[in-house]
Amino acid sequence: MDDFFTYSVILGIFVATVKIATPLLIAALGELVAESSGILNLSLEGTMALGAFSGFLVASESGSLWLGLVGAAIGGALLGLLMAVMTATVKVNQVVAGLALNILGLGGAFFWYRSVYDAGGTIDLPSVERFRTAAVPLLSDIPAVGEILFEQHWLTYFALVMVPVTFVFLNRTKYGLELRSIGHNPEACDMRGVGIVSRQYFAVIFGGAMAGLGGAFLSLSEAGQFFPDIIAGRGWIALAIVIFGNWRASWILAGSLLFGFLEATQLALQASNVNLPYQLLLALPFVLTIVALVLNRSRSQVPLALTIPYHRGER
Amino acid sequence: MDIAEAVAPGDPILVIDNVTKEFPGVVANDSVSIDVNRASIHCLLGENGAGKTTLADILYGVFRPDSGQIRLEGRPLDMASPGDAIAAGIGMVHQHFELVPPMSVIENVVIGTPARQWLDLTEARRRLEEFFADYDVEIDPDAEVGRLSVGEQQWVEIFKTLYFGVEILILDEPTAVLTPQGVTELFAILRRMRDDGLTIILITHKLKEVMDLSDRVTVLRRGRVVDTVATDDVDQLDLARMMVGRDVLLQVDKQRSEPGAPVLEADAIHVESDTGRGALKGLSLNVGAGEIVGVAGVSGNGQNALFDSVVGVRHPHSGTIRITGQDVTTAAPHKIARLGVACVPADRIAQGLMMDFSIKENLVLGNHRSSQFSRAGILNQSQIDAFAAESIESFEIKTPSADQVTRTLSGGNLQKIIMARELYGRPALILAHQPTRGLDIAASEYVRQRLVQERDRGAGVLLMSEDLDEIFQLADRIAVIFDGRIVAMIEPDATSLEEIGMHMAGAGAGAP
Repeated sequence: MDDFFTYSVILGIFVATVKIATPLLIAALGELVAESSGILNLSLEGTMALGAFSGFLVASESGSLWLGLVGAAIGGALLGLLMAVMTATVKVNQVVAGLALNILGLGGAFFWYRSVYDAGGTIDLPSVERFRTAAVPLLSDIPAVGEILFEQHWLTYFALVMVPVTFVFLNRTKYGLELRSIGHNPEACDMRGVGIVSRQYFAVIFGGAMAGLGGAFLSLSEAGQFFPDIIAGRGWIALAIVIFGNWRASWILAGSLLFGFLEATQLALQASNVNLPYQLLLALPFVLTIVALVLNRSRSQVPLALTIPYHRGER
Repeated sequence: MDIAEAVAPGDPILVIDNVTKEFPGVVANDSVSIDVNRASIHCLLGENGAGKTTLADILYGVFRPDSGQIRLEGRPLDMASPGDAIAAGIGMVHQHFELVPPMSVIENVVIGTPARQWLDLTEARRRLEEFFADYDVEIDPDAEVGRLSVGEQQWVEIFKTLYFGVEILILDEPTAVLTPQGVTELFAILRRMRDDGLTIILITHKLKEVMDLSDRVTVLRRGRVVDTVATDDVDQLDLARMMVGRDVLLQVDKQRSEPGAPVLEADAIHVESDTGRGALKGLSLNVGAGEIVGVAGVSGNGQNALFDSVVGVRHPHSGTIRITGQDVTTAAPHKIARLGVACVPADRIAQGLMMDFSIKENLVLGNHRSSQFSRAGILNQSQIDAFAAESIESFEIKTPSADQVTRTLSGGNLQKIIMARELYGRPALILAHQPTRGLDIAASEYVRQRLVQERDRGAGVLLMSEDLDEIFQLADRIAVIFDGRIVAMIEPDATSLEEIGMHMAGAGAGAP
């Protein structure tokens, strides 16, 4: 146990925390925007898988990781578009649509992968040269903090910057106010001449693109590969983080870091053969989400019309 | 306020020309033609279902008419959404408020206004404060709308509509949630707005309001215009006759009651509410066998909590409730029902019925465990069919068959299903919460007569209603509820509408 609490192990845990939190944070911020408009997109897991693959495909075909990110965002956005058509236009049950598209995303990504790469029956997984970490000049020289925050991947910086951007968009612009109003009471917005469908499309497509980028972090920054189980439940955790964060960007950041920390600690414990059941730490995030839900129930910020389709003239 | 410059009233600003709107199975508006004069108050009067709200929704762009035309200042309007109506200068305050409860007053006001990208609330705050000062309204612009009283929410609704700078303001039943004094205040301000040049269209089914306020009135019946007249040329009886199509007796025959032993005794009950409003704070109330106690009050003063705690879905955290002498303070709803408690809930669709079940299923729901309708858990279909047939006949439920899906019935028939079910087994106590809300005059008369019949049979009736006329008609004693307590208990013969109104506003002299 003693050698577990060394500087390098602890520092390593914090560095890993931020890294692990990245895809969760990107996907959860996108979902926050989608849910603010009243649409619960349960297909995050599948959307992340599709983004992870479409990003990988574009990167390996074009040789450019940056084009890969564009491909990942487009892949996720397309699934988001499908979700928007089904929920904002056709107004089917959001839970059913989300679960269906989740399966489509997961299955579609794997099917596409097999049809592109598995034709020869090779055992070696195809791979791309993955993103390297990019140190921020000067800031990365700060002891400890520099290593934890400023020697990370580009997508990690993107995720961190998106926290205030999302907050300002939702709370300090008229578009954000209108989006949140739609999530609480679409009829009131319709009666004020605020178009609902176009704004919901924007929100859900944005959420899809963000989930796609979250998936691309796993395939292009971490693994440099795509494999079927690459998302491994992170989409569901991102959904839980939105709830844990009580639909506020700052708390979603805190939630992502907490989940990342628990996961990083758990990995470190396993690596150093500490005799502590790591399953306990794996289960902790979900217990914490339930605790947060209970604690927040009286001041829940949940969009009041979440999952309820709006039809004009039905009262 | 930027109300259009004062102009000579008289010339029509808005012309509704031969407008027809059909919904599946109903013609809501049938060749409706109305001229609305500039800077006047024009009432649309009619019963529920006469097509008033549909017509207003057409004027506000919610629905497109199937045929006919709307002309504003001579120009034809083709509106696809409320946004188009607002752009043309027409605003509407709906009967059900269109507010975003978790947001502040200011945020609600600026939604949909052509503001800059960045939210700048200073301009909105300035105009809001100016308006409130101008009309002597005291509301904190930063207060969360969901925490305001209903009367305050009404002001937010009106102001956020005027904020667009509209020339025509449509108000749909704006007085439903106000005390008599609140109505007087509102009307005084509406008159001032009219004198400033605003054209106001007011939808109502209350004759008194039409007489008090309007310059002209259009009476609608079953989607058609009966007539448009100058208010000075008619009286209430004329209007009632036009509205119903026959002479109406606005009275129910009933004898003096001889109250027996108490069937409901609520003693100093405290009940919490989820929203922080509408809790009970030491409410005490008795209902005797064979009497109707009417609970008058502005909605949100604890009526829901009272109903819920007597039915047993919410338990008081202090105080006791006794029904026919038994303590039921913490009893489960089905145990309370078994003591002979019938309940007619305020929201008959959400709380009273399974809309996708058949009529006969709804008629036995709740009583389905009785030995008459089931044996060892198996429903006795022939008994259920017989009971349904009997109920449909005796309660005059209009339906082709007992197997019809409940959703297809009108409001009056829905209420009759609930009454038939609840009055099964001769209940000792009947809780009726807004039993005639949204019903036409004939169905309302029926429901009221039934309640009086049940009283005469010996049942105690607790009637909660926002319709003061109904309370005065039916109640043997009037209990006024304010802020979670009964603040006055008065016999209807010994009081006036004004006195009840004072108590409803919490301004009555000394609680009992």
